Amino acid sequence: MSGMNVFDVAGRAMSAQMVRLNTTASNLANARTDYASKDEAYRAVRPVFRSVMENNMATVDVERVVQTDLEPQRRHDPSNPIADEEGYVWEAAVDETAEMIDMLETARNYQNNVQVLQTAKSLILETVRNQ
Amino acid sequence: MPSLDQIFALNGGALQLRSQRLNMLASNIANASTPGYKAKDLDFDRAMQQAQGGGSLSKAMSDHTGFRVPLQPSLDGNTVELSVEQTLFAENAIQYRTTLSFLQGQVSTIQRALKGE
Repeated sequence: MSGMNVFDVAGRAMSAQMVRLNTTASNLANARTDYASKDEAYRAVRPVFRSVMENNMATVDVERVVQTDLEPQRRHDPSNPIADEEGYVWEAAVDETAEMIDMLETARNYQNNVQVLQTAKSLILETVRNQ
Repeated sequence: MPSLDQIFALNGGALQLRSQRLNMLASNIANASTPGYKAKDLDFDRAMQQAQGGGSLSKAMSDHTGFRVPLQPSLDGNTVELSVEQTLFAENAIQYRTTLSFLQGQVSTIQRALKGE
C-alpha cells in the first residue's frame, strides 16, 4: 500500500491554495499604504509551489513564500506626515490587478479540489457499502 | 468450474485500474498551478488488454502510463489543462460506477445460486 491516497492529494493541494489565498489577502490589505523609505515599504509576497511525487500520485506543497521583485514606487505627497524632506513617500509594491486575478484562479483551483474530494468520497462509499 | 478469483478477475482488475486512474487525474487537478508539472494519464484500454493477456496489474499500469500532450503549452511548463482533466475525471468516475455495478451484479448472481432461490 502506498502512503498517500486521493484524499491526501486533494487535501494538501487545498492547503497550498489556502496559503496562496492568504498571501493574496496580505498583499491586498497592504496595497496603497505609504512608507517613509524604500527599505521599509511593503513588498508583495507569493508562495512557491512544488509537486510531491509518490508512486503514481503527485500532490502539491508550498516550498516557501518569497517576496516578489516588484519595486516600491515613489510618490510626491508633501502633505503626508511621513514624507521625507523633499516631500516624497514610498508606496507598497503591490499589483492589485494581478492579485485579483490570482485570487480568482486560487478560488477556482480550490473548488476543483473540493469536487475531486466529493467524487472520490462517494465512489469509495459506494464500493464499501456494496448493497 | 471456475474459481471465484477467475470470476472476479475481469471486473475486479478493471475497478483497480479505474481507481488508479482516478488517483492520477486527481494528482493532475491538484497540480493545476504548479510550474513545470507534467500531467500524467493511464491508457486504460491497453492496460486492460495487457492485464487480460496474463501478467500483473501493476506492470500493465506502469507500462501504459504516459505524459499528456497539451493542446496549448503554457509558459511555465505546466501541461495541466483543467477542462481536459475535469472531463476525463468525470468520465472515469462514471466508468468506475459502471464497473462497480457489474461487480455487484456478479456477487448477487452467486449469492442467489448459493441460496437456491
